[in-house]
Amino acid sequence: MPVADPNRYRILILFAHPAYDKSRVNRRLFEAAWGLEGVRLHDLYEAYPDFHIDIKREQALLLEHDLLVFQHPFYWYSSPALLKEWMDLVLEHGWSYGRNGRALAGKYLLSAVTTGGPEQAYRVGGNNRFPMRQYLLPFDQTAHLCKMKYLAPYTVHAALTLESGGDLEAQAAHWRRTLEALRDGKIDLEAAAAADRLNPLVP
Amino acid sequence: MNADFLFQAFIYLAAAVVSVPIAKRLGLGSVLAYLLAGMILGPDAINLLGERSRDVMKFAEFGVVMMLFLIGLELRPRVVWSLRVPLLGMGGAQVALTSLAAAAGLRLMGWSWQASIAAGLILAMSSTALVLQSLSERKLLKTPGGQASFSVLLFQDLAVIPILALLPLLATLPATASEAHGVARLAAWQQVLAVLAAVVGIIFGGRFLMRPVFRAVARTGLREVFTALALLLVVGIALLMERVGMSPALGAFLAGVVLADNEYRHELEGDIEPFKGLLLAFFFIAVGASVDFGYVRGHPLAILLGVLGVLALKFAVLFAVGRAFRLASGASFLFAGALCQVGEFAFVLLSLAGQQGVFTAEQVRPLTVIVALSMVLTPPLLMLVDRATRRRLDAPGRTRAADAIEAGDAPVLIAGYGRMGRMVGRILRANGVKTAVLELNADQVAHARRVGLEAWYGDASRLDLLAAAGIDRARLLIIAIDDPEVAVKLADAVRLRHPALKLIVRARDHVDAYAFFKRGIEEVHRETFGSALAVGEAALRALGFGALRSHRSILAWRKHNEAALRELARHWGDEKGYFDKLRSTIRDEEGMLAEDGIPDLELDRAWDNAGLREEVKSRAKPPPPA
Ligand SMILES: Cc1cc2nc3c(=O)[nH]c(=O)nc-3n(C[C@H](O)[C@H](O)[C@H](O)COP(=O)(O)O)c2cc1C
Repeated sequence: MPVADPNRYRILILFAHPAYDKSRVNRRLFEAAWGLEGVRLHDLYEAYPDFHIDIKREQALLLEHDLLVFQHPFYWYSSPALLKEWMDLVLEHGWSYGRNGRALAGKYLLSAVTTGGPEQAYRVGGNNRFPMRQYLLPFDQTAHLCKMKYLAPYTVHAALTLESGGDLEAQAAHWRRTLEALRDGKIDLEAAAAADRLNPLVP
Repeated sequence: MNADFLFQAFIYLAAAVVSVPIAKRLGLGSVLAYLLAGMILGPDAINLLGERSRDVMKFAEFGVVMMLFLIGLELRPRVVWSLRVPLLGMGGAQVALTSLAAAAGLRLMGWSWQASIAAGLILAMSSTALVLQSLSERKLLKTPGGQASFSVLLFQDLAVIPILALLPLLATLPATASEAHGVARLAAWQQVLAVLAAVVGIIFGGRFLMRPVFRAVARTGLREVFTALALLLVVGIALLMERVGMSPALGAFLAGVVLADNEYRHELEGDIEPFKGLLLAFFFIAVGASVDFGYVRGHPLAILLGVLGVLALKFAVLFAVGRAFRLASGASFLFAGALCQVGEFAFVLLSLAGQQGVFTAEQVRPLTVIVALSMVLTPPLLMLVDRATRRRLDAPGRTRAADAIEAGDAPVLIAGYGRMGRMVGRILRANGVKTAVLELNADQVAHARRVGLEAWYGDASRLDLLAAAGIDRARLLIIAIDDPEVAVKLADAVRLRHPALKLIVRARDHVDAYAFFKRGIEEVHRETFGSALAVGEAALRALGFGALRSHRSILAWRKHNEAALRELARHWGDEKGYFDKLRSTIRDEEGMLAEDGIPDLELDRAWDNAGLREEVKSRAKPPPPA
């Protein structure tokens, strides 16, 4: 897949939060990415409140970018429903997977997820019993089937108790720095694919 | 008004009203009921029908003309063209072979060869009225046997013209009366020219002239004027055909075919149908009454043999013709059983031939009796044949023949093609669903036709019209009429006659909606409701509410409002109860906003993590010092 500038990745954030008014964390992260050059924001629930996804438009959008981000709160150990529907309909056979489906080959996929549970809950022996990468296996394998590289997830844990003052602001700023680093090719993507979490790779 | 006329009308109508329900109860068709009623009421039994049953027959024969007009309306020219082989081939073979065989038999009995040929030709004719009515009543008209019968009947109608021309040439006795009238006085080539001109006139007029005429009359909005026009059309054609010496039934059939894809077709059908039905009923009663039982009592054996002989001969020829033209044996059986009687046209031809000196009076009388009895015997015969073949047709492995005379097979009927019906029709078409549309505004219909839609002119609240448009085959009726009174009337009629048909109804407002709910109709949609919801959603978005939030709140509101509407419908009419309910509904709607003014869409509470946050925080904090 040709990249406009070998050191710059064009980023598309596919944002899915069904209660934007009530979101605290995702909303801040989303706002933090506003106006970033080379980063395009796409609010799925705002675009398709009736779930009637414009598949052609979505596919065209994907082709214009190199790194896709699924940003969403963790709902029942997965994504909100519209993102699932989006995957079902946009990632068509013969387009993104299957013998002739190569449209997304070579691109990167990143999950940016906020969870209610704290980091230590997502461990063997923790409350949620399994690590995040295991919960995210369906996304990982989806990327693989579409010949994309799946990166370690960017996770914000204990999102329910994140204080709206300092902690949340620090988190938002970190997310912005992460997006810039990804865009500018400052992160070793091979290492990012192998890690458990993307967060520590950005200071 | 003439008391005698009223009395006659009373007797005929009473005969129809009394005999048909009884016959249906006994599993017999209506045709047989009429024939029997005629025989019972006729001059040889109770004698209530007066001396003029022959006149009644002549007049009522017009029902046959109407019937052929209606049949023509159901057949597009393409379908008629596809019948040409059975029509010319089977029809020609049947008429030729039957008349030859019958003539040979009569010659052997010592008749002159002229009289034998004339009688043979006359006996070859079958009864269009009787056969078509009986076949369609038994739903056999569209089977291969029924189609063949229909084709042959058409051919016979054509054959009447040359037969009429031939009769004078077969005269051996001096003519008692010669009534050369109309074109009969002209030379042969002039006659042919006149017939051609009439046919071309019908085709041309039907194609190009009738549409604007229908439209102009439809615009008056007076139904009786349209009915008058429909009758005028059929009467006019019959008159014209008679003038040029052609069968009026044939002319009417031709006119029907020409008008078959005219948008006023269903309205024409609806208008003519009851007249046709009544006239045919009178016709059959008159046929029953015309059986000369005095003669039968005088010559029982001769008549018995004569009737059986004619039926057997015709049956044998027909069956052979059917098989020769590759009809299955069951279909041939039906075909032969249906057509083996002698037709009503024989009465005319016999008396004409008598006058022209072809037959002696002693020849005409038994023939007339035989013809009448053969007709009376047709319905029971057909019933037997149908039973026998049905058992065979139902046998496994047999595929049903394609319905060639299928008119409207639209699964959806839309009544009312205004702003709403139009959009609904387009939505259905976009989904590959065939729709037929009925609309009372002639201009709308013309417009719809121009853009290539199947639209018919007619008052959809008339059940006969809906029947003509195929309500029996429809899976769904959408009432999109804007006049609430008409819509309710139609809904009532349909619920009564077609209780199983699914209904979707447009209501003008909540009050109209109540009327439909009261009738147990569930799919009721207020015409401005959908657009109010859309405007509400757009307004919320314009004010900065999120798209999903706006959309979901409209969905919630719609659900709430639909439920309240049904609830309110139950209180409609009881003023206090209604307004109490209305007040509480409005309170509920406002209650959809929580106290702090932040919307609380009942449906989507789970997306709000406030409670969850609260709990997690309280758990994380150390317990307050006691
Ligand atoms: C319907 C629903 C399901 C949730 N399921 C999970 C879950 O499976 N695991 C988890 O850690 N948190 C879960 N949570 C907590 C959310 O992840 C948390 O509210 C969200 O990340 C906060 O981000 P926000 O402020 O952007 O809404 C759930 C919350 C909701 C409303």
